[in-house]
Amino acid sequence: MIHTNQLTRTFGSGKDTVEAVKGIDLDVGAGELVAFLGPNGAGKSTTLRMLTSLLSPTSGSARVAGVDVTAHPAEVRSRIGYIGQKDGAGYNYRVRDELLMQGRFYGLTRDESARRGTSLLASLDLKGMEMRKVSTLSGGQKRRLDIALGLIHEPSLLFLDEPSTGMDPQNRANLWEHIMRLREERGTTIVLTTHYLEEADTMAERVVVIDHGRIIADDTADALKAEQAGDRISLTVAAADVGTTRAVIDEVASELTESPHDEGVRIDFRVERATRTLPRLVRALGDKGVDVLEASAHQPTLDDVFLNLTGRSLREAVETGAEA
Amino acid sequence: MSATTIEPVRPNVLTDIASVWTRETLTILRDPFSLIFSLIQPLVFLGLFGPLLAGVAGEDIPFGTTLQFFLPGVIVMITMFGTSMTGANLQYEIMTGAFERILATPLSRPALMIGRALKEMTPLVVQAAVITLVAVPFGFELFPAHIVVGLLILGVFGVGVGALSYALAIAARKTEWIFWAVQQSLLFPLLILSGMMLPLETGPEWMRVASKFNPLTYIVDAERTLFSGTFADTDVLLGAVAALVTAVLGLWVGVRAVTKSIF
Repeated sequence: MIHTNQLTRTFGSGKDTVEAVKGIDLDVGAGELVAFLGPNGAGKSTTLRMLTSLLSPTSGSARVAGVDVTAHPAEVRSRIGYIGQKDGAGYNYRVRDELLMQGRFYGLTRDESARRGTSLLASLDLKGMEMRKVSTLSGGQKRRLDIALGLIHEPSLLFLDEPSTGMDPQNRANLWEHIMRLREERGTTIVLTTHYLEEADTMAERVVVIDHGRIIADDTADALKAEQAGDRISLTVAAADVGTTRAVIDEVASELTESPHDEGVRIDFRVERATRTLPRLVRALGDKGVDVLEASAHQPTLDDVFLNLTGRSLREAVETGAEA
Repeated sequence: MSATTIEPVRPNVLTDIASVWTRETLTILRDPFSLIFSLIQPLVFLGLFGPLLAGVAGEDIPFGTTLQFFLPGVIVMITMFGTSMTGANLQYEIMTGAFERILATPLSRPALMIGRALKEMTPLVVQAAVITLVAVPFGFELFPAHIVVGLLILGVFGVGVGALSYALAIAARKTEWIFWAVQQSLLFPLLILSGMMLPLETGPEWMRVASKFNPLTYIVDAERTLFSGTFADTDVLLGAVAALVTAVLGLWVGVRAVTKSIF
């Protein structure tokens, strides 16, 4: 569905040149659900804009839905759906008018647009909103209307740029319910960008981690977590027990660190399947006479993956990152 | 995903222009009061400014002659007011995100601008018809065929101005007041230096020189010639050329602004 070859985009010129996207190679097959994850300014949106033909690449190439984005941008646009970060529906318009016009922009007849529009509104919980002015809709309703607009021409590939930014958790969950159902019904390929770790983790089947304009990891969330971060255990024991503890855990532990703690020493280490290993370790240590003061098992998040890959936490990067 | 040649599905720019125009015109249709209000403005201008101009012209020149001179100018003025606002309506849609959504559809890029500019000119045709008919009882001589040609030239010119306004809105999308600052500070000098309101013959030499570099001057002259019932005149040709040059330049700048900017 998508194939890119060294897709690159720079902004500015001379000394002020900023390489927003630096040679991205990406393949996305039909039916995949892929999330671009990275901090603000990582190049996610720039990549998306090139794939949707809204921005021309500085170098490299991309074929989207079988069409070259540089040679036939309008044709690419007719085959894909794009839902941007902001509200797509014009505030001064009626819901029905926007759906009919959107259909017309894609070359559909009025009857066809009306038919599809009605069915989309129904399936997106917007029934009866046809005559409402867009500006009177709630934030969640506007977002769902954007989805309807993006799907009026039944594209086989849908791009969503930060689809749930600024939404409350309930609306976000609701939006995802709709997206997932539409995908199930139509088998639409979905590519989205997000800086919400949880969103990429729970929704996407494949996570493409982008940082400083490059793809730095590309796999399922589970595989990334297993490879890049792994489960961790943290134990606190009395200072006198550190030696015995190390002897017991050495066989299963790696990447071990010790740090002073109120009541003794805290030992952090990486293991496989932390939740299963932890009770066994505590029992084995008890057998050796070691009293474990505190214990916790930690399963990795995509933030740990990002931290491991870049040395920065994505949460912090999101908060301090600049828009590019 | 074979490498077969891509046949453009919707190659028709005219269809795209019609689509964009229809969407924009819906704002008038859904709120017709704005159209009624826009009709009052040129009438007020004609009614209040016309007599003053007649006074300046003197007793011996009939009011009909003054109208013959002044009315085409008013029509050019409302065209300038209307089409230079194209970007203002666009700015709102850039802000909300509707513009980006429309950009992501296959619509042709020039059609985006032409459709919007034509929408700004739609009420204008009605306005022109109304003020022209109102002027007839006061001695204004009516040449319908000439007026149609005049409106066509004005239409082409308006597309150019609209596209430039469109490009300005895109350039100023992050600091919206700049749009108004530039639009206002260009609009009035251009209008005055075209001899639209008062004839420049009585003005100083530098103004007459400056007016030669103002494309609007040629449009105003062409409209006056046409409204007075003459086709075969260099003024008409020059006006048509000025309109065409403005349209081509405007669309070139506008399309560049769309394709080079991030929204």
